[in-house]
Amino acid sequence: MSEPLPLLPFATRLWFAWACFFRVLFDGAFAFRAWGARDALPTAPSSPELPASASAPAPKTKTIAGATPEDGALQLLALMQREGRLVDFLEQDIAAFGDAEVGVAARVVHEGCRKALRAHATVVPVRAEEEGTSVTLEAGFAPAEVKLSGNVRGSAPYRGVLRHRGWRATKIALPIALDGHDYRVIAPAEVEL
Amino acid sequence: MAARYVVGIDLGTTHCAMAYADLADETAATVVALVPQLVAPSQIEARALLPSFLYFAHESEGPQALPWDAKRTFVVGEHARARGVDAPARVIASAKSWLVHPSVDRRAGILPLGAPEDIEKISPVETSWRYLEHLSEAWDREIAKGDAALALAEQEVILTVPASFDAAARELTVEAALAAGLEKLTLLEEPQAALYAWIASMGDAWRKEIRVGDVILVVDVGGGTSDFSAIAALEKDGSLELVRVAVGDHILLGGDNMDLALAHVVRQKLEAEGKEIDRWQMTALTHAARAAKERLLGDAKLETTPIALASRGSKLLGGGLRAELTRAEVTATLVDGFFPEVASSARPVARARAALTTLGLPYASDPAVTKHLAAFLGRQADATSKLEGFVPVASPAKSKAAKHGDARDRAASLLHPTAILFNGGVMKGDPLRERVVETLGAWLRADGAPPARVLGGADLDLAVARGAASYGLARRGRGLRIRGGTARAYYVGIESAVPAVPGIEPPITALCVAPFGMEEGTEAELPPHELGAVVGEPVRFRFFGSTTRRDDRPGTELERWKDGELEELAPIEMTLPAEGRREGDVVPVRLRASVTPVGTLEVEAVPIAPQKANEHWRVQLSVRQES
Repeated sequence: MSEPLPLLPFATRLWFAWACFFRVLFDGAFAFRAWGARDALPTAPSSPELPASASAPAPKTKTIAGATPEDGALQLLALMQREGRLVDFLEQDIAAFGDAEVGVAARVVHEGCRKALRAHATVVPVRAEEEGTSVTLEAGFAPAEVKLSGNVRGSAPYRGVLRHRGWRATKIALPIALDGHDYRVIAPAEVEL
Repeated sequence: MAARYVVGIDLGTTHCAMAYADLADETAATVVALVPQLVAPSQIEARALLPSFLYFAHESEGPQALPWDAKRTFVVGEHARARGVDAPARVIASAKSWLVHPSVDRRAGILPLGAPEDIEKISPVETSWRYLEHLSEAWDREIAKGDAALALAEQEVILTVPASFDAAARELTVEAALAAGLEKLTLLEEPQAALYAWIASMGDAWRKEIRVGDVILVVDVGGGTSDFSAIAALEKDGSLELVRVAVGDHILLGGDNMDLALAHVVRQKLEAEGKEIDRWQMTALTHAARAAKERLLGDAKLETTPIALASRGSKLLGGGLRAELTRAEVTATLVDGFFPEVASSARPVARARAALTTLGLPYASDPAVTKHLAAFLGRQADATSKLEGFVPVASPAKSKAAKHGDARDRAASLLHPTAILFNGGVMKGDPLRERVVETLGAWLRADGAPPARVLGGADLDLAVARGAASYGLARRGRGLRIRGGTARAYYVGIESAVPAVPGIEPPITALCVAPFGMEEGTEAELPPHELGAVVGEPVRFRFFGSTTRRDDRPGTELERWKDGELEELAPIEMTLPAEGRREGDVVPVRLRASVTPVGTLEVEAVPIAPQKANEHWRVQLSVRQES
């Protein structure tokens, strides 16, 4: 591989994917040419970056120099704890409590974590079909996107039932941490004076 | 330097927002600017809304660094709002409501109320200045990216204020903006901004929705305040023109009151079960009640929604509280409590203040928004009667009556809106909007007027900021402008020269100095009356405003007026410098009012016998009222 390929913006790709879906379905000649085009280019190395959002300009999420992937994970934990008490919930032994009490806690966690998730990430299903419907996977589907299960054998096209639609993050923007921020403190202790 | 952008700023009671449009791009739409702010200690996030809260960090917390200031000691935005829950004495909230408080010195350091000794309290004006400063710094970093020519101070800024703000509150807002370096400034009334946003969101289709004869009622219920305005569509020189004909009083009543009311309902249920609620839990309960309210109002099929309160410690389970909020409770508390079905003759009940003003703000004593609306429409029944070019939409009932030769044409008991535009977060709730539409519909039916339709489609949280930017484009010829001018006539109170009688206040005459509807950049004619000013001594006058007296000219003297027609504002004051005159001399002056291009009222004292050309002295508005 020599030069990296130029990438189309996400909005263009979304539109193009939609347009291609129908043309492939109803236009045999287009489908044939598109089929040929699949292998015409080498596969681009998978990029760890998420595609840019199509909507409002995303906030700058440059991490400060020195921030590691672990820092990002710790930040996410801190966020879920701050908004939804997730770490409190996971760290408590809930075996002794009844469903009613677990339910109260789950609502607190659900409401807060959901708000945090929606405010910081956009999560969409990998497959648009309803779960339980039949789907056909053509050769060349991305194995990272679709996991085969059950009686796995033979070759594409595969026909099967969609059991889980999968999730894909199309956008994530964590808060920027300022210099000197100790990521390991997920939640500060609190002393009331 | 020519501005590149027009920027609309919504300086709200509970949230600020900022939107802009590129003047270099003819087809530019308005874009909401994201505002970086502290959301937790040393965590910065850019959000569309900047909560209007200011937190004074304790020295133990160290500096509250921002990407553009490592040494800041206070916080504006989400983190400040969150600290309001666990360290309330160090947080300023609702600064904007303090800005209209007539009986405090709004330039004096009074906030936060009851702050600990280590905090140097700041004034309501400075608080607004800090919010605007934060927006300005955020802009300079995110949008100007350090380019001095693109800095917010160099852009055309449209700052919105409630329509109900009086001259003094407008002036104080401008003072805050100037302190924040925003000099290319114009004020715009929030309900007008909401209408500009609606027009922009409709594209050209708005022309089909609004016709000559329409009276658009803007119902703006935000987090802290309710604001009403009426905007009439009339014909001038063959084209449609919009004129803001009436504004309502400043009502400190909003979504926060509603959430608190719901929290009390839940609290009573929990206490009936023998559970105790402390202050921290009450705050958490208010947040939970708001979320539950949004779920119930957003989904008509939902009958009940659970409210869960976790315990405060790291053990989530065990100390938690659980309750339910039902649709019936939300209906009874919010829809019937805050928006009761009342007759158009209903008026808000004024109760003794003392019991209610726990925080020192003059909160509305009657929580019924519909009663405040009835009072507004009733008081403004004649708002369009003398409007040139305005032809009311024919009412089906009346034209039918005319056909039958029935000449009974009662005087309208209230202003007849033909369209409603909702604004403010509270009005997102369908049942609340429906209740306003139904109640207004009943009033209009009783008056023989056609029902009002709803103008839909605007984003209720960001409409004001977007609309302000749209107004910036409109006044450059890219769209329709709303005319209106000042929403009040202003009067100076003059005590009559009568022998003093103990226990009886001398009668007062109100002298009109500024008529209703003065446009920006205009000057009122000089009233002929002479007032005496003492050289070297401050002279105070009582000051009044009226939102209904449209015909008074400068010089009109009122010896009596109907109840509620004139509202007393904070007094005005002038001090004549001794230059060329003897201290203690009485100098006869006349008062001249003008409205600056920014949109603030200015009153000047002009001597009858000037010592030098164009001699005049500025009269201070908004002096602290002596109680």
